[in-house]
Amino acid sequence: METQSYTPVPPGVGMEENFLSLDDILLSQERLPCQTETCFLRLGFVEKSSETPDIAEGTKMELPLWLAKGLYERKRRVLSVELPKVYRDGWRTVFGADPNVVDLHKMGPYYYGLGSQLLHFENPENSEIAQTVLRTFIGRFRRTMDSSQNVLNEDTSVLVERLDCLEKALFRAGQSGLNSFQCWEMGRASHLTASSLVLNYRKRKIAEVQE
Amino acid sequence: MFCEKAVELVRELQRLGDGQLPAFSEDGVRQVLEEMKALYEQNQSDVNEAKTEGRSELIPTIKFRHSCLLRNQRCVAAYLYDRLLRIRALRWEYGSVLPTAVRFHMCAEELEWFNQYKKSLATYMRSLGGEGGLDITQDRKPPKSLFIEVRCLKDYGEFEIDDGTIVLLKKNSQHFLPRWKCEQLIRQGVLEHVIS
Repeated sequence: METQSYTPVPPGVGMEENFLSLDDILLSQERLPCQTETCFLRLGFVEKSSETPDIAEGTKMELPLWLAKGLYERKRRVLSVELPKVYRDGWRTVFGADPNVVDLHKMGPYYYGLGSQLLHFENPENSEIAQTVLRTFIGRFRRTMDSSQNVLNEDTSVLVERLDCLEKALFRAGQSGLNSFQCWEMGRASHLTASSLVLNYRKRKIAEVQE
Repeated sequence: MFCEKAVELVRELQRLGDGQLPAFSEDGVRQVLEEMKALYEQNQSDVNEAKTEGRSELIPTIKFRHSCLLRNQRCVAAYLYDRLLRIRALRWEYGSVLPTAVRFHMCAEELEWFNQYKKSLATYMRSLGGEGGLDITQDRKPPKSLFIEVRCLKDYGEFEIDDGTIVLLKKNSQHFLPRWKCEQLIRQGVLEHVIS
């Protein structure tokens, strides 16, 4: 069992983002349907379909989360953020009925992350969104945990393909724990092994030479 | 849309989840810094205009560019920081001498950082456990015996053990050697720990 030497900055919890987390940076790249509530002069070129020098008030645009967060202001009308389909009433009912059915990778892949971040924009449905996201997690967690603890040395792609990023990370953590335990149980805990990092570098080098 | 190059840098790193270090993207970082400079200058000019001519309707635009500046800053900072985390991992996985291929992937400042990190670690290790210091990069798995059986996976050459004897590490040769001498070579994939 390899102890990790490379420990990347983990994603933030709930509504917080970790500034240096690569995962959070990519999460905040997700696009949201927005509408400008004011005019943005001299930025017309950002909105590709228009040929005006400015972005007019009332323009509908898809903006990345980081920009929506940066521009949104509680007291002033700068930007309004719509809810993506997955967080709206229709889908919320589906999640309520059976959260295990949904392919969260297709609907996300950052379903929980984006759902938590949406709470920054004061939408009247915020408390329902929060409830749904939480209940969905609770509903699905059991299966994720069970499968991560009971699959050894098999192809896990079918189990993993419908999970969102957070669930995938949990699944991997579970697998890692399971493998360590197996290793220890078989008396291989003191077996010295080559560093997986070193082996991966070598594999890459061979692949590059062959190209 | 702004900040696309910056996010690309982050994506490139995130794809290598196992901690591998890709080549330093000098071009990429330069492009992001250039975009930041352009955004900053445009904002400077618009801020002056807003102040002197009272054009407060420029403020949303200024905020927009400012958000982009912050985003670029965040992406570059995270890119550089994550690379340092990977470089730090190299000290623990490879040892204090890095293979040339890996060194080529590092920029001058990163190499300097690696050297400083090595020194800090060495100083710290020397301060531990009395006179000789303690090598904490060893015994990362609980040791069961002082000597272990190893098989050589590739030709390495001559290898001297503590009592002065020289062992010839030829591919497929097997030896019974002190564990502490072999640990690093096993980690580097030169030797294989054989357990019966």
